[in-house]
Amino acid sequence: MSTGWYLAVSAIVFAIGAAGVATRRNPLLVLVCLELMLNAGNLAIVAFARMHGATEGHVFALVVMVVAAAEVAVGLGVVVALYRNRVPVDVDELRELHG
Amino acid sequence: MDEILFFVAGIAAILAAAGTVFLRNPFYAVLSLVVHLLALSLLFLLLYAQFVAVVQVMVYVGAVMVLYVFVNAYVGGGTEPQGGGGPTLKMFSYAIAVTLIVTIGIAVLGTGLQAIDGSGPDDLPASFGSPGSIGKLLLTTFLLPFEAASFLLLVAAIGAVVLARRRRGVLPGEERMVAALDLLAPTGTGSMREGVGAINPTPGGFTGRITPSTGASSLPASDDRTGDDSEGGSR
Repeated sequence: MSTGWYLAVSAIVFAIGAAGVATRRNPLLVLVCLELMLNAGNLAIVAFARMHGATEGHVFALVVMVVAAAEVAVGLGVVVALYRNRVPVDVDELRELHG
Repeated sequence: MDEILFFVAGIAAILAAAGTVFLRNPFYAVLSLVVHLLALSLLFLLLYAQFVAVVQVMVYVGAVMVLYVFVNAYVGGGTEPQGGGGPTLKMFSYAIAVTLIVTIGIAVLGTGLQAIDGSGPDDLPASFGSPGSIGKLLLTTFLLPFEAASFLLLVAAIGAVVLARRRRGVLPGEERMVAALDLLAPTGTGSMREGVGAINPTPGGFTGRITPSTGASSLPASDDRTGDDSEGGSR
């Protein structure tokens, strides 16, 4: 398969994830859609690594996974704190993070 | 064979991504993301990225998704809140997504790069994408990003604990747990004062501060300090 096919899949998934980030109202699902976008970027990175025959791209993909894991840890901490403080759980209503 | 696997995995990835965005129930959306990540790891395998594929399954499907499902169950799930906005805003968001996909498609596929039409070199070295070569790169060329990533993970873990901890004590409507023995114990039990011998919960036991023995009177009079100690008692 040529690299272009993988890049097409990556572009479609990225756009779907962006649409999800824009339309979802639950903060948990906004984070899930962010994961979609990060993974689409990962797919493009790995496809380019294959195109160049260079392993360096895989290191970048792993670093992206680390960033995604950090984002999940902090993001889910914020979501749990929101639910615990009984504020309305709707990203349109959330205007402050003051605990 | 390659083509069949690619189309199966690619279509599964796109359908599962669409499910993540459009399913109403948050739990199903998270499960749809799991399917998407598994399909993506299959695509990684097709690209000879074995190690990345395995890490994807272990870290994402094994750890991150468990966290998502757990938090989803903890916060109660339910369907999404239907707030303001309305269909116009939603249509606008989808229009943005379609614009984005057209733009990225033009940018990626219309570059005129010759290499995009090929599948890359056929004579890949056996070490391509192997854990050994990736580890070597991480500890030589990319040592600084590697350490920065580990530090980032540490900061994120501490930040998550600080964010999610309960900081207001007992919530309204929540009963405070009191052990029956706490009521019988004399005040000050378990405090620092008890630790230094100022309080002795045993009846008839020794109370009062431990004074230096008479033989130690030649020591400098360091024990004659007056004033309040940290717990408010006067010495």
